[in-house]
Amino acid sequence: MDTIIELFSYDFFVNAFLASLLAAISCGIVGTYIVSRRIVFISGGITHASFGGIGMGYYLGINPLIGAGVFSILSGMGIQLFSSKGKVREDSSIAIWWSLGMAIGIIFVYLTPGYAPNLMSYLFGSILTVSTGEIWLMLALAIIIISFFTLFYRTILYIAFDEDFAKTSDLPVVLFNYLLMILISLTIVLNIRVVGIILILSLLTIPQATANLFTRDFGRMMFYSVGFAFLASFIGLLVSYFADIPSGATIIFTQVVIFGLVKLVKAF
Amino acid sequence: MKKLIEIKNLSAGYENQVVLENVSLDIFSNDFIGVIGPNGGGKTTLIKTILGLIKPISGEVNLLINKTNVGYLPQVNQIDKRFPISVFDVVRSGKADTALFSSFHKNTQEKEKAESLLQEMGILALRNKSIGELSGGQMQRVFLCRALMNEPKLLVLDEPSTYVDNNFEGELYLKLKELNDRMAILLISHDVGTISFFVKTIACVNRSLHHHPSNIISEEQLASYNCPLQIITHGNIPHTVLKLHDEHEHHGHHH
Repeated sequence: MDTIIELFSYDFFVNAFLASLLAAISCGIVGTYIVSRRIVFISGGITHASFGGIGMGYYLGINPLIGAGVFSILSGMGIQLFSSKGKVREDSSIAIWWSLGMAIGIIFVYLTPGYAPNLMSYLFGSILTVSTGEIWLMLALAIIIISFFTLFYRTILYIAFDEDFAKTSDLPVVLFNYLLMILISLTIVLNIRVVGIILILSLLTIPQATANLFTRDFGRMMFYSVGFAFLASFIGLLVSYFADIPSGATIIFTQVVIFGLVKLVKAF
Repeated sequence: MKKLIEIKNLSAGYENQVVLENVSLDIFSNDFIGVIGPNGGGKTTLIKTILGLIKPISGEVNLLINKTNVGYLPQVNQIDKRFPISVFDVVRSGKADTALFSSFHKNTQEKEKAESLLQEMGILALRNKSIGELSGGQMQRVFLCRALMNEPKLLVLDEPSTYVDNNFEGELYLKLKELNDRMAILLISHDVGTISFFVKTIACVNRSLHHHPSNIISEEQLASYNCPLQIITHGNIPHTVLKLHDEHEHHGHHH
């Protein structure tokens, strides 16, 4: 216990702790929306498309996360636009954006002269190297998400549950679909540093699956998801630190173990 | 008798596919119209166009009432039954015009309205259940409550008797008959035999629309409307049965 308390005297560990808390808030809330609305695959598309922006960032010498942000928002909009205009089937449209982003990323990383530093940390996450600047961004996102979901809780719930009915009630369905797509994109981008592009989908789905074992209420599911996401992130962080294994993968592994344990306990 | 909806020479459908062609229909405040017709004949397209969910290809749909004064009960298979939402929230979503910024209001009236509707349908005890835990009949009651939240002037129901037991089906139609005193009803059903007891008029939709001015419709009339339905008479009661598909030979009751 003392060693854990001692860890908090290191800046990098405090940052990692705050990152896991803020990641749990944004992923717990946004992930509940994603899972309830069954748009996990869309989110996977956005996540992978953002790799294009990371490659571009390296090539242009700007922060790769800025590139990832632009790419993920564009792909989110693109998927929405393609499928709402009805010309491309949604799953095909997702696959196109998904692979296009990855392809662009690989080409630009290859074209960038020299070695691409930290590339692995974008792919697999590196919570122990999250910077203070990134913590501030994650905090801002968490505040935006909490306010948005608190203010418009019922609108979001009704649209997610039955979009057609919401349209007949004159709710601003299209506007909210786009706003939520932007929030999903931002959540993905700002959590890339925590668990990485390859693994982030798990932070948006596994805590929700665990929460779903306890409740079938949208609002409660958000709270429980944040709780489970934080629990797993913090345990994963500690285990990865002491065992000296990759943090992103450990966090995900912990998520699954918690889900499995809860499911097991619930079965008896 | 006030005109609520005016449909003029409407053609509608999905991309590259016209489902409805040159349809005209007026709906008045005391109407109870049973919409019948084969699968794929355009029944759902018709009501989705009335609700503004599908834009007409040509022609027009004029709502002479506010859009939120149209209550809607969609087909059950359009609903995600595993969505984490409680019965009470589903019913409250019927009054969605107050949903924006609702976090700032107490919404006492809205909650009371939802409670009284649930009470009326005899399912107040289920208010905190999630919709996934309900039976087919219970779910339809919940969606009927939702459709009634706004005190609609027109109630549109798409196949409300699928997945429900016969008991509830009868109960539902009696309820609709009672509701018809204060609102117009447009009811889609494939069960022509049962609804013809309750509806006032029948509209047969099969690419075109024929509004038959009474609830009794003969086989000859259906044939002239190009509506693939078949009527079998039980004593004095006309009993109509739908032929599901062309490949099915004879489909009907044997006595």
